[in-house]
Amino acid sequence: MTAVDLPAPRRSSLDVVLKVRELGIVIALAVLVAVTTISNPRFLSGQSIRDILLGTAILAVLAVGQAVVVITRNIDLSVGSVLGLSAFTVGTLLQNSPRLPVIVVLVVGAAVGAVCGVVNGALVRFGNVPALVVTLGTLYVVRGITYFWAGGSQINADELPSGFLDFGNATVLGIPYLVLLAILVLVVTGVVLRNYRTGRELYAMGSSPQAARLAGIPVGRRTIGAFVVSGALAGLAGVLFAARFGTIDAAAGTGYELNVVAAVVVGGVAVFGGSGTVWGAALGALLLTTIASSLAVLEINQFWQQAIVGGLILLAIGADRLVAVRVAAGLKKRGSHVS
Amino acid sequence: MSAELTEVRAARFLNWNVAIIALTVIVLIVAAATVDSFGTSQNFGFLVLDLLPIALVALPMTLVIVTGEIDLSVASTLGLSSAVMGYLWNANQPIESIIPLCLLLGAVLGAVNGLFVTVLGLPSLAVTIGTLALYRGLAFVVLGDSAVADFPAVYTDWVTGTIGGTSIPDVLIIIVVLAVVFGVVLHATPIGRAVFAVGAGEQAARFAGVRPGRLKFWLYVASGLISGLAGVLWTLRYSSARADNGAGLELAVVAAVLLGGVSIFGGKGALPGVIAGVVLLGSLQNALRLSDVSNEALNVVTGVLLIVSVLAPNLARSVLQRRRT
Repeated sequence: MTAVDLPAPRRSSLDVVLKVRELGIVIALAVLVAVTTISNPRFLSGQSIRDILLGTAILAVLAVGQAVVVITRNIDLSVGSVLGLSAFTVGTLLQNSPRLPVIVVLVVGAAVGAVCGVVNGALVRFGNVPALVVTLGTLYVVRGITYFWAGGSQINADELPSGFLDFGNATVLGIPYLVLLAILVLVVTGVVLRNYRTGRELYAMGSSPQAARLAGIPVGRRTIGAFVVSGALAGLAGVLFAARFGTIDAAAGTGYELNVVAAVVVGGVAVFGGSGTVWGAALGALLLTTIASSLAVLEINQFWQQAIVGGLILLAIGADRLVAVRVAAGLKKRGSHVS
Repeated sequence: MSAELTEVRAARFLNWNVAIIALTVIVLIVAAATVDSFGTSQNFGFLVLDLLPIALVALPMTLVIVTGEIDLSVASTLGLSSAVMGYLWNANQPIESIIPLCLLLGAVLGAVNGLFVTVLGLPSLAVTIGTLALYRGLAFVVLGDSAVADFPAVYTDWVTGTIGGTSIPDVLIIIVVLAVVFGVVLHATPIGRAVFAVGAGEQAARFAGVRPGRLKFWLYVASGLISGLAGVLWTLRYSSARADNGAGLELAVVAAVLLGGVSIFGGKGALPGVIAGVVLLGSLQNALRLSDVSNEALNVVTGVLLIVSVLAPNLARSVLQRRRT
């Protein structure tokens, strides 16, 4: 490890590790695309790429929010249910007032999610309850509320205004709006996390909550903030979901939390908090979506997909652990007190 | 540890256990009085059958959580065990060899969790979220979305039947025997004391001669084994092997254990409370279902109970502390 010899050991060695980490996903993606394309050239057609990008857009928005929470050493398992509630809310809203501009719909969706985020964050902060327990609970509570409200009813594409569905399909310079929106979310969150004080405080909290508190970081407020971001982005993803599929029922987004956690973990965001980037999380989302799509093209049983998601989570956390152990060993050699 | 401290601790557990058992009795009485068919002997049979998978899986889960770890893969292990059972039955294997195989499979799946957590030192939350997806995915790979039925009547009748002429369900024997075994192990053997010691402080436990890794590994094996058994019983009860059997059950199990007064941070808990937690959760769900509340809506109740069971003791403690200072 040459990185260890650089003057600022901790930062630079971690940087190198992270860069290598993201490089790993890019290589995996390239191999996957190459293998799939060789066996079936149809895989690189415009329609297929568009489908992958649209699928990635929704998963990436969720993964960016999840990454923010995981970086603070928490987890948000309620995102799939929040997506469902938001999608059904905006669907119902558009049924009743079809002339609403898309931007208002996006804000409403994000607001629904933000409210769920406030509940999660407040329970974690004021109740001293681990995020795992809180969000496992709200996963079922929020989904239950959606079922109460929707019952067995379904909102179909022909009940939604065409303006909204256009938003789901239209493109600028060949790039779908949904993808542009996801990129915007990604860049803004990425820059805030990397360059702004608030962002750095989130990393500090994840590395060591006690040290962060002693350093004067408002840990409680930042925790709630992280959950609000995750909730709002899950709500936003609900609007994207509604725009893309046009068909919404109470089960929309069921089980998404697994894919989101997988995308984040595969993307190199450590579950112990304190490290990882939203770029990695977005790459993880791209990789997972591409895998799902190449399974279809390669005519491999679709049922393998969930098993592969599980296998990737185990592989990713296992690999991160090995890297972390080696980095720690390298730092120890230099007499640093980082464990 | 001084005798005095042990006494204080015992008193605290007793309080929580008494409280949760009293609450359970109240819920049972209210349900019997207000819900028409709740108190019937026929419903008692259904109630026990509904409780069965939660009660069984909650036993090893209690020990796992007391050591400060968690196992979210139990419902997927149950599903994979059920799917493999259906697959083998479809392949005309004798049921007498299928059942031990499914139990063995459960133990192996638990051992995989255990290896990741103890040998690689990975956080159990992440590992078991991974295997939650992996095992459920494998269940679908094995059985797809088809269902296998027509299991031998001798076995399905036993699972849904009652003892002799009484209205006591057969499966209650399994619950009672296993509850006693786990209760004795946790509260009256060196293994149990090691479980509490590891949960209270792993470093200190190691100095006291406990091997936390080995202990946790075997707890995960037990968790997998019991989940495999729950999968077999689930399949026989409905005489239907499906890949999605038991999906989401991990929530109910974790909720019941935490409701029973086990600390999510490890080191604290008692089995009688957990049993009361299981009965409380199960009878509440049963009574609501009898009152025509849908399954999805029931999940709201389970979710709220899960949060409240962790929130309430924390809030009580902070109120007490504020009063003291």
